[in-house]
Amino acid sequence: MFSKGTKRKFADGGEEISDDGLVAARVASSYSLQRQSLLDMSLIKLQLCHMLVEPNLCRSVLIANTVRQIQEEMTHDGSWHMVTEAFCGASQSPSERLVATEVLCRSREPDAEPKLFSVISYEGCREEEVVADETLCSVSVSDTVSNVCLSGRMGQRWEKSDVEREEEALEDSRLGSGDDDEEIDTEDESTPEGPKTIGQVFGTFEIKNGSPGPDSALEELFSDVDTSYYDLDTMLTGMQSAPKMGPYDLLDSLAPSHSSPSIVSTPNCRSDLNELDHIMEIIVGS
Amino acid sequence: MDGHGDGQSRWCLSQVKGAVDDDVAEADIISAVEFNHSGELLATGDRGGRIVIFQQEQENKSLPQCRAEYNVYSTFQSHEPEFDYLKSLEIEEKINKIRWLPQKNAAHFLLSTNDKTIKLWKISERDKRPEGYNLKEEDGRYRHPSSLTTLRVPVFQPMDLMVEASPRRVYANAHTYHINSISVNSDNETYLSADDLRVNLWHLDYTDRSFNIVDIKPANMEELTEVITASEFHPLQCNTFVYGSSKGSVRLCDMRASALCDQHSKLFEEPEDPSTRSFFSEIISSISDVKFSHSGRYMMTRDYLTLKIWDLHMESHPVETYQVHGYLRSKLCSLYENDCIFDKFECCWRGDDSEVMTGSYNNFFRMFEREGQRDVTLEASWENGSPGCPLKSWRVSTGSRRKRNEIGVDCLDFSRKILYTSWHPQENIVALATVNNLYLFQEKLN
Repeated sequence: MFSKGTKRKFADGGEEISDDGLVAARVASSYSLQRQSLLDMSLIKLQLCHMLVEPNLCRSVLIANTVRQIQEEMTHDGSWHMVTEAFCGASQSPSERLVATEVLCRSREPDAEPKLFSVISYEGCREEEVVADETLCSVSVSDTVSNVCLSGRMGQRWEKSDVEREEEALEDSRLGSGDDDEEIDTEDESTPEGPKTIGQVFGTFEIKNGSPGPDSALEELFSDVDTSYYDLDTMLTGMQSAPKMGPYDLLDSLAPSHSSPSIVSTPNCRSDLNELDHIMEIIVGS
Repeated sequence: MDGHGDGQSRWCLSQVKGAVDDDVAEADIISAVEFNHSGELLATGDRGGRIVIFQQEQENKSLPQCRAEYNVYSTFQSHEPEFDYLKSLEIEEKINKIRWLPQKNAAHFLLSTNDKTIKLWKISERDKRPEGYNLKEEDGRYRHPSSLTTLRVPVFQPMDLMVEASPRRVYANAHTYHINSISVNSDNETYLSADDLRVNLWHLDYTDRSFNIVDIKPANMEELTEVITASEFHPLQCNTFVYGSSKGSVRLCDMRASALCDQHSKLFEEPEDPSTRSFFSEIISSISDVKFSHSGRYMMTRDYLTLKIWDLHMESHPVETYQVHGYLRSKLCSLYENDCIFDKFECCWRGDDSEVMTGSYNNFFRMFEREGQRDVTLEASWENGSPGCPLKSWRVSTGSRRKRNEIGVDCLDFSRKILYTSWHPQENIVALATVNNLYLFQEKLN
């Protein structure tokens, strides 16, 4: 289930390492590898929730708690510090933001690209080979960012609607004055607030790049689904056959023997995409 | 095991409902199973929003060893798919729960719910119709006044039985999150509905108002770490209810204490065993179902690997713990990967509270005898075993040797799972749903 043949890091320095020490080092590195793979798997699960139906809150909460646990342990170990230092420098306090946040949700800054992969594969041995691949970087960034756009929209709907819009809508319907325009306006007002309220788990996972802007929320909704749909499709196609490498393929190569999560979750995504297609037709009225 | 040397259990297959081929439409997958209070009716809900009710036929006196069969009584569309235009999301029509109301007159009432809306359905029979109207023909056309020469009194004539299901109430717009439970109160006037973060109290007669009695939504959604997973009213005390959480705790609340029962009266939580702690500890402790015993003295909780029976007087730990499929403990990472670790299994009590039952993977289900501390693993399969033939019990082994009726952990089929089960309130008949079919098992009568 876990990777067996991955490169091991040996301790620096010319000290002699005893057999026991070597075994302990192997066990420790195997554990941290397993933990990292679990973290990656969890982050993927949070991103790839159903796009059509509201995500299962219980499942998301449990996965988020798992990620939090891993994060806490890694912070305690000191390995978290190492991870965040690798890419974000001194700009942010590492414990406040999770790996995925930086990795998957950085906007289209060119200097982010190499860092993207150095974080996923935070073991230094991978860094060079990944950074060198220009195609890899460019494809992945756009894919992941678009993926985040999509899920960002989802998360926004989920969170924002829970906090503000939905309750107002409920009140409206109870009072019998469910006015569509009113509701959209409410959404407009609350839209700029969305990204700012993000700090921790649900915020950072779901909503990332830049503020959505003051445009009509509906227009945004559709414009995002429109473009991201195709990108997501490309990315998911990349997951099954491997003409292009996406971040998920990279994860596969990192932890080869733990069976690729992409294969497990892809069938669900594919049917979701078909449903998304169907729903888009209904919305667009074609 | 179950006391029989040859591995045969007391249970035998009675009936199988549904398509026997492997190709099942998503809409036909059963998502709820519930006997009514007399056991005469069995309701099932599916992902397509339909409800099918089966009725137990009158017993055939000449064949005492065969209990009566269940046949289709009524089929209707309970919930339709909806589209939430505000969020651009579909609201699934899948039936999450069905609960029967105790019968008060000739008609039967049940509550059914999907993620957002609860409906009260009246199922009534019509086996007579009035005939002999003076002004109308049989087909409804008005008779010509000049053709009326005599006066007669319309009389009821027997007709073929017609079962009608009509929606009597629709309780909508009270839940922001997905409804996971409904429970009818013992006062027969109110019921509760629970979603991920709130529990609401309704009066059956009023659809335009519901009272929020539990709200665990944090002020800041980013701080959310725990959700409500199941909730039920006490079977005898109308002021008491419980709700289970994703962190493995169950809270008992008394509605007399305050209007908003955020402060629990009792907290049932077993301290974690530090030796088995892992990253999955919280997920597997999440309560998937909570059921009071018929007596009201005990409560049963189901989490991913175990069944626990709690005495309501003791909060510190359960009085009985049963391992459902402990052999999965070493497979948790794979089960997390394929999402099986999030499966929510239901559980149920036997009518006299002496036994409990729950489902597992590979179409296995487990029954636990409380007094004798015996348990048995049976398989729901129409291939292995014919109606009337006693089922063989199974064992799951972790080793490499295989005996008869043993299966290795790695051979288990995790796509075939039994999540929904219901036990007849008076007889020893159990109904359970596999992905494809509804199975009815009954206890062999000696």
